[in-house]
Amino acid sequence: MKKQLQVEAIAQGTVIDHIPAGTGIKILRFFQLADASKRMTIGLNLPSHGEMKDLIKIENTQFTEEQANQLALFAPNATVNVIDNFEVVKKFKVAMPNRIEGVFACPNSNCISLNEPVTSKFNVRETGCELKLKCHYCEKTFLSGLFTELH
Amino acid sequence: MNNPLYQKDIISIPDLTRSELELIVSTANQLKEYPRPELLKNKIIASCFFEASTRTRLSFETAAQRLGGSVIGFPDGGNTSLGKKGETLADSVKVISSYCDAFFMRHPQEGAARLASEFSSVPVINGGDGSNQHPTQTLLDLFSIYETQGTLEGLQVAFVGDLKYGRTVHSLAQALSLFGCEFHFIAPAALGMPDYLLEELTNKGIKFTLHEGLDGVMEQLDILYMTRVQKERLDETEYQHMKSSFILTSELLHGVKSNLKVLHPLPRIDEITTDVDSTPYAYYFQQAENGVYARQALLALVLTNEFGV
Repeated sequence: MKKQLQVEAIAQGTVIDHIPAGTGIKILRFFQLADASKRMTIGLNLPSHGEMKDLIKIENTQFTEEQANQLALFAPNATVNVIDNFEVVKKFKVAMPNRIEGVFACPNSNCISLNEPVTSKFNVRETGCELKLKCHYCEKTFLSGLFTELH
Repeated sequence: MNNPLYQKDIISIPDLTRSELELIVSTANQLKEYPRPELLKNKIIASCFFEASTRTRLSFETAAQRLGGSVIGFPDGGNTSLGKKGETLADSVKVISSYCDAFFMRHPQEGAARLASEFSSVPVINGGDGSNQHPTQTLLDLFSIYETQGTLEGLQVAFVGDLKYGRTVHSLAQALSLFGCEFHFIAPAALGMPDYLLEELTNKGIKFTLHEGLDGVMEQLDILYMTRVQKERLDETEYQHMKSSFILTSELLHGVKSNLKVLHPLPRIDEITTDVDSTPYAYYFQQAENGVYARQALLALVLTNEFGV
């Protein structure tokens, strides 16, 4: 049977693939990818090796590895394809970054970052099987699950 | 002379290395012995207390003036543009830092000093940010320990009281962990050291023991660091039941090591009975006085290059 693309190919931009099903919309919202000036395509619940995945295509925007890694908390197995002239010119898997910036607000309601003109920043630390995020400002440490649950 | 703290912000104890902590302690020691009344002549230091404080503010302002510096500032944020007109802390800091050479601050919100350091044009010294850090308290504690023991290395240190919420205990334990001290944490079960800190100590290979009362620990100690157990943190029955296990009386000091010193960040309520004050072990009032020398040391290091390693 002939394979057929379920989502239209793009000439230039970035394709974020292997996003866990149900997380695509969250990623759009939290990473403010839903910029009105950008043409985007989102595929939800697409079949992939017997499972389901989400996929996001953003035209005319090329992600750096650093930018893409910010998605890792929500989509640790996502792959990023940078497209130029319909060709994949670069492909990489996201990796857990050392720092996550401007993605979510600090869960500590008394943290100064919540009511001042600054971008939230968290240092990421892996201890055993746990992933912890420490707020750059209030220095409180939170389990990563708290962020994905809250959002 | 190499002074790694020149023009640096002092925000949080984990930001400081062992040698920087040693430098601050030795500078405090020098300034206590050899006062420098003109060291900060022509320097203006802002003392901005967005939250009221007694000892921290007075000892800081004394420190600045004892070194010949001038102090500007306010004792309570309620009457500032920030409190009254809704100005952001970032804007307040930008403006105030343009008037002074160093910015000392206390604020009720966690992270305030770190944020201020990102907007200030002069070094920021954290005088307490909510429940997070109070590094100058830790530095005066370290200086008092060094002064009474002649070393910071390999001491037996007990922390007593509210170890869950007590930021002074957390920071001091973090600092002393750089010097291979052994800890004894004495607290009611509901107010024990937070797991993340115990985990941090375990990862560093620091030895510690946990206890629910002062009995059986006293004889081995070099430093007994008392803190207040706040009534409201516990259930009333629980509080009445455990209260006596965390009160230091002169009776409990029988048979302790002769070099033992009792420290307390103050204010005390009833966790150290007044009969302890006249024993040779009580050191909490000298410790409070040392706040002036520790803060002098910070100002001297941050604003001048006259001390160093």
